[in-house]
Amino acid sequence: MIEQHTIALAGNPNTGKSTLFNLLTGLKQHTGNWAGKTVDMKAGYFSHKDRKYEIVDLPGTYSLYSNSADEELARNYIIFEKPEITIVVLDATSLERNMNLALQVLEMTGRVIVVMNLMDEADKRGILINEKILMRRLGVPVIKISSRNRTGVDMLLDTIDRMITGEISTEPVTVVYDEETEKKIILLEEKAENIFQGRLPARWVALRLLDGDQRLIEEIEKRFAGRLEDGFAGRASVSTIGRSV
Amino acid sequence: MGMAKTISLADGEKGDRIRISKLHIEGVMRRRLLDLGFVPGRIVEVLRKSPLGDPIAFRVSQTCIALRKEESGQIEGELVDS
Ligand SMILES: Nc1nc2c(ncn2[C@@H]2O[C@H](COP(=O)(O)OP(=O)(O)O)[C@@H](O)[C@H]2O)c(=O)[nH]1
Ligand SMILES: [Mg+2]
Repeated sequence: MIEQHTIALAGNPNTGKSTLFNLLTGLKQHTGNWAGKTVDMKAGYFSHKDRKYEIVDLPGTYSLYSNSADEELARNYIIFEKPEITIVVLDATSLERNMNLALQVLEMTGRVIVVMNLMDEADKRGILINEKILMRRLGVPVIKISSRNRTGVDMLLDTIDRMITGEISTEPVTVVYDEETEKKIILLEEKAENIFQGRLPARWVALRLLDGDQRLIEEIEKRFAGRLEDGFAGRASVSTIGRSV
Repeated sequence: MGMAKTISLADGEKGDRIRISKLHIEGVMRRRLLDLGFVPGRIVEVLRKSPLGDPIAFRVSQTCIALRKEESGQIEGELVDS
């Protein structure tokens, strides 16, 4: 069987995710009901340079943390299904609003490409975007495109390809919190790392525990039931490490 | 220049521009409000108020977002001269 690489599209509502998804996949798509949720999510397929890709159009959200069905689905997909690349689609005319989600995704995975979509509209409004500075600050590729005019898409495909081959490696920015929070993060991160051994991003788990994200704890217990390392019955450990700080 | 007037977002009138200073709310709801753009330092504008004052629509970072009074009443800010 030929290897198929996985890509997820994340972003705020109305940033052109579905337009880009349709552009990449054409008619090769299907709608699925995922994990018993009522939220629809589309998967589609395309090939580039002899490589096959499955791409998933995640629900558009402003956040991945407030636990609506849409947000949980998008979050669970990125954290548990681990797409090889997550493309965060931003509206180039509204970066102040859009950057929040980009930073949330960068806390979950470093395998990210940031796409500035609606560049045609940004150009029209005289909005200048220095993607090189953004790239340096975020530590991941930033590509300007217009899904409507189909510009920049070749550059995006080329970047996807070079990320898969390992030619491009990323160094995602770490959001640093105040001193007290950082101390707690370090404590929890170490415990989370021991429990999950690379299967979940430890710093992110630590942040979610500090936030008291009960829904995430339940999801982890469900997915890792009985499969956590010796001595750590998942149930006891995950719910108690949060309390021990 | 006088002192800026501090009000709750729920008391804003149509057309008011308010610079958010504090959210008196914790947990998931606080998170949601921050993610919607109700962040300290940011200026929001009151777009529409329904007759009973609930909900109120605000312009936040170029997007219109409506909040119930129990949410907007927990957000404090300073009126900005326009
Ligand atoms: N001007 C412009 N409009 C776009 C572009 N991409 C998408 N749109 C429009 O933006 C709207 C939202 O697009 P959609 O793909 O549904 O966004 P989604 O909610 O992120 O899936 C639609 O009216 C699209 O035609 C673009 O690159 N330029
Ligand atoms: Mg869509």
